[in-house]
Amino acid sequence: MVDTANAESHLKDDPSRRDFIHIAAVTGAVGGVAALAWPLVDQMNPSGDTLALATVEYDFSKVALGQQVSINWRGKPVFIRHRTPAEIAKAVADDHAAMPDPQTDEARVKPGKADWLVLVGVCTHLGCVPGFGGGEYGGWLCPCHGSVYDTSGRIRHGPAPKNLAVPDYAFTGPTKVKIG
Amino acid sequence: MSGHPPSTYEPKTGIERWLDARLPIVRLAVDLMDFPTPKNLNYWWTFGGILAVCLVTQIVTGVILAMHYVPNADMAFNSVEHIMRDVNYGWLVRYIHANGASMFFLAVYIHMARGMYYGSYKAPREVLWLLGCIIYLLMMATAFMGYVLPWGQMSFAGAVVITSLFSAFDQVIPGLGTAITTWLWGGFAVGGATLNRFFSLHYLLPFMIAGVVVLHIWALHVPGNNNPTGVEVKSKQDTLPFHPYYTVKDGFAIVAFFVLFAWFVFFAPEALGHVDNQTPANPLVTPAHIVPEWYFLPFYAILRSIPQKLFGVLAMFGSIGMLFALPWLDTSKVKSMRYRPSARIFFLLFVATTVLLGWCGGKEPDDMVMTMGHTATGDPTGFSVVWFSRILAVYYFAYFLLVLPILGLRETPTQVPANISTPVLGGAAMPAGSAAQAEKKG
Repeated sequence: MVDTANAESHLKDDPSRRDFIHIAAVTGAVGGVAALAWPLVDQMNPSGDTLALATVEYDFSKVALGQQVSINWRGKPVFIRHRTPAEIAKAVADDHAAMPDPQTDEARVKPGKADWLVLVGVCTHLGCVPGFGGGEYGGWLCPCHGSVYDTSGRIRHGPAPKNLAVPDYAFTGPTKVKIG
Repeated sequence: MSGHPPSTYEPKTGIERWLDARLPIVRLAVDLMDFPTPKNLNYWWTFGGILAVCLVTQIVTGVILAMHYVPNADMAFNSVEHIMRDVNYGWLVRYIHANGASMFFLAVYIHMARGMYYGSYKAPREVLWLLGCIIYLLMMATAFMGYVLPWGQMSFAGAVVITSLFSAFDQVIPGLGTAITTWLWGGFAVGGATLNRFFSLHYLLPFMIAGVVVLHIWALHVPGNNNPTGVEVKSKQDTLPFHPYYTVKDGFAIVAFFVLFAWFVFFAPEALGHVDNQTPANPLVTPAHIVPEWYFLPFYAILRSIPQKLFGVLAMFGSIGMLFALPWLDTSKVKSMRYRPSARIFFLLFVATTVLLGWCGGKEPDDMVMTMGHTATGDPTGFSVVWFSRILAVYYFAYFLLVLPILGLRETPTQVPANISTPVLGGAAMPAGSAAQAEKKG
């Protein structure tokens, strides 16, 4: 025969049962709040139509030697620079100079296409657009905080930590390049 | 005096009694007006009231501007021109709003400097000070996002630089900074999505400021005002009711302040702006010389003074973080620097340092403070702005981290008066009782 009085008091006082209910309730509440909060946070990430604008194609036949164009890729400028032999030679000569983010010039262009340098025109410091022709390395100078890049777009001095990024790109024809 | 004295409000009519039993809002207003306030507050104490008026001005003009402004990357710039040219009195409302931001910061810097000089951040007012720091942070966020909205070249460059500060986290955990900036931008660069959310937040934050202002005033009314002597209120004789004494004094200061405000609005409305912002935003070109608004220049100079990205960003945020730690960095028990002759000199140096940092922030890093010669290519050499800002930044941090902690233990303050009345009624040496008597005679 079951001792009902004992069973009831056992139900009332069992601390592990109480704890379980508390922990389960709190866990459920936290999980629920987190599940609800995530959509409210994630809505700020790039939307589908923004993500869809992933590639852009450009015909560079009109970019003469020594010229540079800036095209808009995902809202950022991309520099397509037709480098002169002197610029290439200067970049290659500095391949083993001390720099914050060492990289050879060869690694920053497509094989056999060293005259075309394709860069994301966004300073790796705080995102300004560097201008060509400034700074003592004949490359780019950022107007905001004075980062100096060479003719390969490598950071030489200033607060920027990284070289100007080389985006994913491919030559899709004799005069065509696809960025992204 | 701690907290509010017993309420003096007595509802006279039946309606007032009925309301008072249900929502004692009239009682609240009457008690606020009756609040015992130290009788020796000088004009530096009027900036709290001035700031309240600034906030209201910004909210009223901002709500009106939002009726005409379009937060869209293709239309924002033109909608601002539409406000300036077509909307009835749009130019007036926009110039009040744009210059109002500068006036707001001018007033808040004076308000903060007053607190720092008279030790208003010390016990028992630490929470009051912290709430003020939070208001200041919210003000900076609001001002920054508001400056982006006209979508000119400076707006755009400012948005890029400030949001990119977070990319420094890539140097802590690779990819973290990029994830944060992408999330802030809603894209791969500052663009339409960024503008739209900044508009939303720019509208929201002032109301959050208003909420924290309520807490700030609440935290003020628990210990009561500090005062120029830094000596706590000891008796009713040290105080005056807020109304009419300080409503009139604040009112006069507000009018004087608005004379300056009006001068900017009507005679120099673009003086504090930047011509590059008259050009629509262009993501492919950054203007040759970008600078933030004047009220951010000291922090911008600190950022630029350090040639390493992560540490530059940390130093900039740290320079604001110092304000939050201030109540626990100052070891002196004497509140007012009136009685701390050496602290007064260090404080004046600190103010000068901040102003000079602001001057540096407006120059280019390679500009010269003092030219000593020229390089072969003709560029000037000498003492450059970036080196000047490094020295200034060192003092900025030293003031908080070395001067205030050490000075409080080492200095000898001059005689602090026994109560608020003594310095007014004669002689710092007079004991409290005789001061009260002198007051009765006078």
